[in-house]
Amino acid sequence: MSPVIECRNLRKTYGSGDTAVHALRGLDLTVEKGEYLAIMGASGSGKSTLLNILGCLDVPTSGQYLLDGIDTGEFDEEQLSLLRNRKIGFVFQSFNLVPRTTALANVELPLVYAGVRRAQRRDRALAALDLVGLKDRTHHRPNELSGGQQQRVAIARALVTSPAIVLADEPTGNLDTDSSREVMGILDRLHASGRTVVLITHEDDVAAHATRTVRVVDGAVAEVMV
Amino acid sequence: MRLLDIAAFAVRGLTANKLRSGLTTLGILIGVASVILLIAVGNGASSAVQQSIAGLGTNILTVSPQRAQPGLTAKPLTTADAAALVGEDSPAVKYASPVVSAQATAAYGDTTHDIGQFIGSDPNYFDTTNSSLAQGGLFSADDVQQARKVVVIGSTVATQLFPGTDPVGKSVLVNNIPFTVVGVLAAKGSSGLQDADDLAVAPLTTTQNALTGYGSLSQIVVQARSAEALPDAQAQVTTILNGRHKITGTADYRVVSQDQLLTARTATTETFTVLLASVAAISLLVGGIGITNIMLVTVTERIREIGIRKAVGAPRSSILGQFLIEATLLSLFGGALGVAAGVIGSQFTIAGIQPVVDPSSVLLAFAVSALIGLFFGSYPASRAARLRPIEALRHE
Ligand SMILES: Nc1ncnc2c1ncn2[C@@H]1O[C@H](COP(=O)(O)OP(=O)(O)O)[C@@H](O)[C@H]1O
Ligand SMILES: [Mg+2]
Repeated sequence: MSPVIECRNLRKTYGSGDTAVHALRGLDLTVEKGEYLAIMGASGSGKSTLLNILGCLDVPTSGQYLLDGIDTGEFDEEQLSLLRNRKIGFVFQSFNLVPRTTALANVELPLVYAGVRRAQRRDRALAALDLVGLKDRTHHRPNELSGGQQQRVAIARALVTSPAIVLADEPTGNLDTDSSREVMGILDRLHASGRTVVLITHEDDVAAHATRTVRVVDGAVAEVMV
Repeated sequence: MRLLDIAAFAVRGLTANKLRSGLTTLGILIGVASVILLIAVGNGASSAVQQSIAGLGTNILTVSPQRAQPGLTAKPLTTADAAALVGEDSPAVKYASPVVSAQATAAYGDTTHDIGQFIGSDPNYFDTTNSSLAQGGLFSADDVQQARKVVVIGSTVATQLFPGTDPVGKSVLVNNIPFTVVGVLAAKGSSGLQDADDLAVAPLTTTQNALTGYGSLSQIVVQARSAEALPDAQAQVTTILNGRHKITGTADYRVVSQDQLLTARTATTETFTVLLASVAAISLLVGGIGITNIMLVTVTERIREIGIRKAVGAPRSSILGQFLIEATLLSLFGGALGVAAGVIGSQFTIAGIQPVVDPSSVLLAFAVSALIGLFFGSYPASRAARLRPIEALRHE
């Protein structure tokens, strides 16, 4: 069986000429189904760039990214949005909730674009909010929630479509210790239920939750730790 | 079902900033309402002109003096010319009334009134111009002969000078000369550009004596025996006057039928309508640019939100749809309110003109406003939809 994620010689260059920034310089990475991978590395080493490409939010300048064995370079914009919707759940460091919109509506959002019926949408969103322990905050807007609560809403939104892959870019980066522990607990449970989880972190104790850790240095995987 | 959800996003987007949505709607409202209203005013004006000219009858010719050829002196139109137009040589002519007109101020007691038209003519003038009496009587041929100072006044003059009293038998001062009111004409209504009831008619002789002097007549109004006889009458009048004025080249007078007058006046009011409509179209366009502007601002302001939507799997079409629906709702809503405002506004008399709403202008304005939404909304919407998710998310 092919790996869920396979990156071959990924390069990403921002800008051009003298000011060009080579964020990824020939990166190779393979993630097997059901793995729990932590990506570490210095700030500016290209971790976010990598994760954005894995989440189909961005495209590499060159190289291949195979998702479930299929080259994503072959996909058009419509198919990529379908992938983002069905296969991938993305958690951002800065939460990225739709402002002035309730937690419930935020969690329902991917289901709307998936074409799920209203009643079922509501049930599934409520179940997801229940899973992250926010059943009593469904009608709160993002500005009425703490950082930890907002991140849990974002995680509920990422898992509500039951994606095979959950990607998290420093999910605990903006959170206090207690909130971090709750968030990591949820990611652990997602992994336990069979999802492939890839997260970026700076903290060793967060990385310790993962089954494998890779270190990115200057846009390439430098070292694989087990 | 998906479409309904996207429409719901659009509605939520609009209600999130009610003031801005309201102001944009107002722009379109004003555009649509002014298109409908201004076209209705133009319409009203031209139909009033048509009515007033048609009211004169279809068997009327007007003879008026015209500048002569260079080197020749124009002969004035005279009472004798008018008299010569009725006789054996002109079987198609029923009456020919000499007409002089003057500016005059009438006074009764403390009240004064500038009469729109003070006309001197003969009793046939009333028949020729389809004027009927409301009160009193007309003056007679004998009054003309004797140059009696009697006058028949229009209903506007009656209400201005004699509010609440019966004018018949009263004496008014016209340019300080006393005239006795013998009758009041029935109202004809405004012709859109001038008040047809703001007039007074006195015997020709009296008017010449007192007001105009004995120069050329202003007009000779000729009534043909029937509408069918009008071309014959026109030919006979021309022959007789050519003989009397010894015309070989260009005549020093002009004979115009009501039909010709109608065509000329209608052309004038059509120009007027086109002018009004283009002013209105410009305001509609400005409203459209307002929508584009607002949509651009809305899209820019919500680029992060667009990024979030795309990150969770919104396809390009749904983003495009959401913003297009927002723009279209704005302009449809503004358009509907504009139609209401335009139609309600057309119920009132504007500058003496009763507007006549043209249903096709309502349809046009409404359709244009909807299209404006689609057209002007599509640029910012497609710009928003084309963004890559990560670019949109990074936008500050
Ligand atoms: N949109 C961008 N435009 C230009 N340079 C960028 C952009 N995004 C990231 N970079 C640059 O690419 C490099 C890698 O960035 P990033 O992947 O965000 O690093 P990390 O997440 O590991 O801190 C950095 O030097 C950063 O400045
Ligand atoms: Mg980063």
